[in-house]
Amino acid sequence: MTAPMSESTRTIEELTSADYEYGFSTDLETDIAPPGLDESVVRLISSKKDEPEWLLEWRLKAYAAWREMEEPDWAKLEIAPIDYESISYWAAPKQKPVLDSMDDVDPDIREMFDKLGIPLHEQKMLSNVAVDAIVDSVSVTTTFKATLLEAGVIFCSFSEAVKDYPDLVREHLGSVVPVRDNFFAALNSAVFSDGSFCYIPKGVRCPMELSTYFRINSMNTGQFERTLIVAEDDSHVSYLEGCTAPQRDENQLHAAVVELVAKDRAEIKYSTVQNWYPGDENGVGGIYNFVTKRGRAHTDAKISWTQVETGSAITWKYPSVILQGDRSIGEFYSVALSCRRQQADTGTKMIHIGKDTTSTIISKGISAAHGQNTYRGLVKILRSAENARNYTQCDSLLLGKECGAHTIPYIEVKNPTAQVEHEASTSTVGEDQLYYCRQRGMTEEDAMSMIVNGFCREVFNELPMEFAVEAQLVGISLEGSVG
Amino acid sequence: MLHVNNLTAAIGGKQILNDLNLEVGDNEIFGLLGPNGSGKSTFAHALAGRDGYDITGEVTLDGADLLDMEPEARAAAGVFMGFQYPVEIPGVNNMYFLRTALNSVRRARGETEVGARDFLNVSKKAMDLVEMKEDFLYRSVNAGFSGGEKKRNEILQMAIMEPRLAVLDETDSGLDIDALRIVAGGVNALRSPERSMVVITHYQRLLDYIKPDFVHVLVDGRIVKSGDHTLALHLEANGYADFENDLGDASEQSFAGAQS
Repeated sequence: MTAPMSESTRTIEELTSADYEYGFSTDLETDIAPPGLDESVVRLISSKKDEPEWLLEWRLKAYAAWREMEEPDWAKLEIAPIDYESISYWAAPKQKPVLDSMDDVDPDIREMFDKLGIPLHEQKMLSNVAVDAIVDSVSVTTTFKATLLEAGVIFCSFSEAVKDYPDLVREHLGSVVPVRDNFFAALNSAVFSDGSFCYIPKGVRCPMELSTYFRINSMNTGQFERTLIVAEDDSHVSYLEGCTAPQRDENQLHAAVVELVAKDRAEIKYSTVQNWYPGDENGVGGIYNFVTKRGRAHTDAKISWTQVETGSAITWKYPSVILQGDRSIGEFYSVALSCRRQQADTGTKMIHIGKDTTSTIISKGISAAHGQNTYRGLVKILRSAENARNYTQCDSLLLGKECGAHTIPYIEVKNPTAQVEHEASTSTVGEDQLYYCRQRGMTEEDAMSMIVNGFCREVFNELPMEFAVEAQLVGISLEGSVG
Repeated sequence: MLHVNNLTAAIGGKQILNDLNLEVGDNEIFGLLGPNGSGKSTFAHALAGRDGYDITGEVTLDGADLLDMEPEARAAAGVFMGFQYPVEIPGVNNMYFLRTALNSVRRARGETEVGARDFLNVSKKAMDLVEMKEDFLYRSVNAGFSGGEKKRNEILQMAIMEPRLAVLDETDSGLDIDALRIVAGGVNALRSPERSMVVITHYQRLLDYIKPDFVHVLVDGRIVKSGDHTLALHLEANGYADFENDLGDASEQSFAGAQS
């Protein structure tokens, strides 16, 4: 549906069209592969990373699969054709690719992360958050690795994991998102460059928050990272990823794959704050964010996705949970903000296989300016899933008259004992709400930010404490530089 | 403190206030009565600065020109409006809202902001005034509040904001007798030499509890009659018919209370 006309529309558009504050680029000496994709590029990536033969084979199989697949025809998205031959599939800052000591990090890279508000000095960081910093295709450093290893937790770049823990990687890679899962997952499987790997052994509660910060820096490159988190029986981990990119007129492709494995009674909490460059107000430039994220929950396990999606020209993303084990739990909490000419088609899939499985979906979509926001969610209850339960709530907030909000739920129930609830609402930020706040002395910007943050409250409450600073979340996109 | 000179207000070409004149002095309570559609709420919104009205005339508060200011600047200058229909803001907790409001006006006035702990003390005192329990602070602003709770919340906000001029727009509507007593008790407790209030109401009922210094009757956007609180009793008995039939020399009858 489309928002009704409102007198406050213009001010709302002014408020929502502020600058993107992470739009700078850093001049790094970069090793870039020539544009285009064929088998030799896949081999080049694999050899650059000095990979074992089995992984090269895996990539080539994926590449062959991708060649035969067709780019999906998006239901609700308008996408300029992507020229896969003009993208460069490998870009790495020229330096030692992985470093254990902060002192070895290239000062330019360190400065870039300081500017992003992610200091890579351990003593300057939040003391309970470990960071894997990824620029373009490679991980530049991972902090607190030693501290984590004392607890038995492995947290490193994907490339290191392939070298140091090949059996773990081989066992789980592609086990949740198969190579042929979809067009972009296949592409990622062929050319993925780096990403993060986490392994939490049996019975261990990870002593700190783990996080990966993704930064696209180079021009005309794609970013294809791969994250794999394995939580053994009775373990617990909370993981957060953040993403930004420079402001450029060309669209850049980001096609990531995230796989989560939660063994019996394990719990994985995965939070995303995605703020890739959204393009300008005319829809020029911005990141195409086509991501496949899925977790498999074994018996009594719990997987919880929380996402705050404020960036990207186009977001296509359905973090999902396969509720395989009995009594497993899947959760999805999402805030998706579409301003300017952004398009977001996002939601989740909850696949109930085990008995007494439970899933909860809370989706908050905010559309402003010319933004288009679609919730697309699948709740699938298989015949085996006795007494499965799902609760879904989709709320849309419209700011202005040119934007749109769409809710497309899919519900497939094969077992009559299932209980499935779906609630949806659409509202606007009323002029009367803004006036009320202003009468109480708040500026229009503060009022808008407060109202929108209030709308997102249920989702923000799910973010790890360290990141639940609301002004830094929706504030960044609604108001540009704050303060 | 408040001067209103030849105030007119129109919305969509429809004239609602006609050359309204009013003077409010320090420490005064005005009752503003009138039939439906007479312009009472428009008057309140004209003072508070709501968008969408075409306004002419002059309104000054302590010498400052209100009509030139944005709503938030008027709030900082000391204007508080108690809303007839308080707005719900889901997901924003009441305490956060109140503290943001208080600190916004303090910042605008160049005063130091109130920290979380001090604010809790301030708000507890204010809550006693309107007989509210502490959990009230942690609920979303007006969301799911009963009619009475919403109005008590308005008085709570007034107690915390400590305005120079409070305009209470039909604060009595939708209240049962107990809530009415609580709201009126709050208003009376907030009387101060530093503060004046305009109490807008349909009925004389509220003025049993809040004894006004002056009563003005607004009909068709003008003040047609002014007097002391006995005027409200007269209206209760006879309705507005007398004034509606006799608008000829209405503007001459509008006059002020004490000069500020």
